[in-house]
Amino acid sequence: MHPALLLIELGAVVLGLGLLSALAVRVGISPIPLYLLAGLAFGHGGLLPLDTSEEFIGVGAEIGVVLLLFTLGLEYTPDELVANLRHTAPVGLLDLALNAAPGAMLALWLGWGPVGALVLGGVTYISSSGIVAKLLGDLGWLGNREAPVVLSLLVFEDLAMAVYLPILTTVLAGVGVYTGAVTMAGAITAVAVVLYVALRHGRLVQGFLAGPRVGADAESGQNDEVLLLKVLGLVLLVAGIAQQLQVSAAVGAFLVGIAVSGPLAESARQLLSPLRDLFAAAFFVFFGLQIDPATLWPVAGYAVLLAAAGVLTKFATGHLAARRAGIGRFGRARAGAALVPRGEFNIVIAGLAVAAGLDTELGALAGAYVLILAMAGPLIARAVEPLLRARRRAVPADVMPAR
Amino acid sequence: MVEIERTALPGIGLRHTITTERGRQVGVISHRTGRRDLLIYDRDDPDTCAETMPLTSDEAGALAELLAPQRIVERLAELENQIQGLVTEQIPITPGSPYETRTLGDTRARTRTGASIVAVVREGQVFHSPGPDFRFTANDVVVVVGTGEGASAVADILANG
Repeated sequence: MHPALLLIELGAVVLGLGLLSALAVRVGISPIPLYLLAGLAFGHGGLLPLDTSEEFIGVGAEIGVVLLLFTLGLEYTPDELVANLRHTAPVGLLDLALNAAPGAMLALWLGWGPVGALVLGGVTYISSSGIVAKLLGDLGWLGNREAPVVLSLLVFEDLAMAVYLPILTTVLAGVGVYTGAVTMAGAITAVAVVLYVALRHGRLVQGFLAGPRVGADAESGQNDEVLLLKVLGLVLLVAGIAQQLQVSAAVGAFLVGIAVSGPLAESARQLLSPLRDLFAAAFFVFFGLQIDPATLWPVAGYAVLLAAAGVLTKFATGHLAARRAGIGRFGRARAGAALVPRGEFNIVIAGLAVAAGLDTELGALAGAYVLILAMAGPLIARAVEPLLRARRRAVPADVMPAR
Repeated sequence: MVEIERTALPGIGLRHTITTERGRQVGVISHRTGRRDLLIYDRDDPDTCAETMPLTSDEAGALAELLAPQRIVERLAELENQIQGLVTEQIPITPGSPYETRTLGDTRARTRTGASIVAVVREGQVFHSPGPDFRFTANDVVVVVGTGEGASAVADILANG
């Protein structure tokens, strides 16, 4: 290992990602697809293979997944999750069925078996809460009547991930039915225990993380350094233990995020967001690294097909969910369009499958799928309102269907 | 009374909207970060927010001051004029008061004086019709309605027990 070479390679990669991120901001899309492309370029069979820093980026990628899920968990309070689960369940299940189906069916048709179907169904199912939430804010759609419908669906999907990831980890580990069942029971118990602790004894967790308050820190509230190290340490530790128990590191981190709430969650988010951005970028690059660009071409056709199906099924989901909430035509179309982007978690799922040594084509297909929808999703959402307005002008007012 | 519609935005914060007499809708998103968005809805489509204006908490506070037509004290004064013979008094719980950490029920104010505690103002927030298990803290302001005699008797209880 040459330290100088490592620093040079790493520096060049991070700087390159910074430039790509700037480009993404300018064009108004998510940087995730650009990071993936960068990974493809650097990877095996790519333009500039990385030798020295790949191992480091690999470890960074693990931390990236953990931090992505942790900050996602921070966004939600336990009460919100429980209240949400009650009234979103019917639409949420419809979302699951409609959107997992295309992936699962294609996997079966391609002969990847039930495990492949489980993976690809997960890849096509989940929307990117990161991209969607940002999109709603950027477009000024948070005030719209359909915003809570969209956000509730995202919450449901994220909760579904907390159940899905342990199942996937167990299945990918290829353990027997008995061990699998024990692991599953353990995972579900862990989720229940964390929700219970967070709901009833949230203060204990807060107290441990926020203390001690001595000297000047007592007045300012908390010491950033102490909080950063404690929170990061706790998250990595729980994630590691969860992984050891086959529950999936990501889910462990998500649960810690949920358990931390209130003002502490706000501070933790501010402190950890920069770290999250860095390591998440490492994660997307690492996923790209593992895909040989040559394997992309054979699956490109399927990826386009799957992406088209993914747009339609999410559109239908958003449409139906908004209609159920008594929202008009415009809002229904916007809800459908907002849900289209896929991103980080689709790659997390595919990453688990690739790491477990499943068909390499599956990784390539998932990568291409996310590339298409992470780029196209925000563009579709931007286009939907002007299109609707143009149509409204073309149709006389009295022909508009009554709400 | 204006009806305020409250909607939770999971992961973001809360949204409150009101419909004006003329049928327009206006609302506010309270982000968890303290940011506020002022929302003006589309004239033709009540589902669509036509304008979203982000405000810092200071700006939102300034706007609220400008919009508030009367403060709570003036409102109470108005109420007082409507019902003759009743007075409204605002009595602070001073630090060291015997009820500093005790409950409203402990004061037995209504039984002892005939006057009622109708609200408590704490750090600018109003708690309407507090129940007997409402616990006072120092610097709460207790709003009492009753006869002049009754109200000052409550003040005496809160100060001296």
